[in-house]
Amino acid sequence: MLFSQSFSSDLHESASVQQQIMDIWLKNGVSDGDLPDLQLALEEGLANAVKHGNQLNPAKQVKVECQLVDDCMIRVTIEDEGPGFNPEEVPDPTDFENLDKPSGRGIVLMRAFMDEVLYNDRGNQLTFCKRCSINA
Amino acid sequence: MASDATRLDVQTNDGVTVARFIDNRILDEAVIQVVGDQMYRLVDDHGLKKIVLDFQSVEHLSSAALGKLINMKKKVDASGGQLSMCNLRPDLLKIFKVTKLTKVFDIHKNVEKALKAF
Repeated sequence: MLFSQSFSSDLHESASVQQQIMDIWLKNGVSDGDLPDLQLALEEGLANAVKHGNQLNPAKQVKVECQLVDDCMIRVTIEDEGPGFNPEEVPDPTDFENLDKPSGRGIVLMRAFMDEVLYNDRGNQLTFCKRCSINA
Repeated sequence: MASDATRLDVQTNDGVTVARFIDNRILDEAVIQVVGDQMYRLVDDHGLKKIVLDFQSVEHLSSAALGKLINMKKKVDASGGQLSMCNLRPDLLKIFKVTKLTKVFDIHKNVEKALKAF
């Protein structure tokens, strides 16, 4: 386990956790080519958990875990205390009628830049994985 | 935490404004808020009609930043103006392609080509 922490649903706390995880990825040799994609997915996942999952309620926690699997894959799990949602029911932001809506693109971006994006049945826990170049 | 420091380098010549983003990553919520507010002021406070957003320095942006850009486009359209973008790196262009926002925004290779399109 590279990182495991719970934090209050606050965007400044979220930014701090994001920076800590980025520092750990750097320290563990994740390549410059992979870092921006991972940061984007982390930002989207944390923002969804804090804003949509926990509704910015500081009494609710977000739990984040990060692992390096088989020395070549970064796996991140983000869990909120919200009721969860069904990602299949989220309107497709790439449909013509949704193109000018200002939100709803986080999942599309995570799926584009990560190798795998999964939700648990309740929809309050996200896991994303990316195979990375790791500098020894 | 983002400050209210200028996050856009703005230059206007011959009625066309080029606004260059200073940050290389527009991911952090606080940065996005300030960038959005500063973009909107170009239209709301300064009444600018022809605007080019220059992404030369930008390596990555999040879905929240895309939301600000969409609102900016709506604002410019509503004022009867024109908004275009330029200098998107391949990684950034991928974000616009996967979200199909290439159909929404007028995207040019560089500032010169964006200016010629007005």
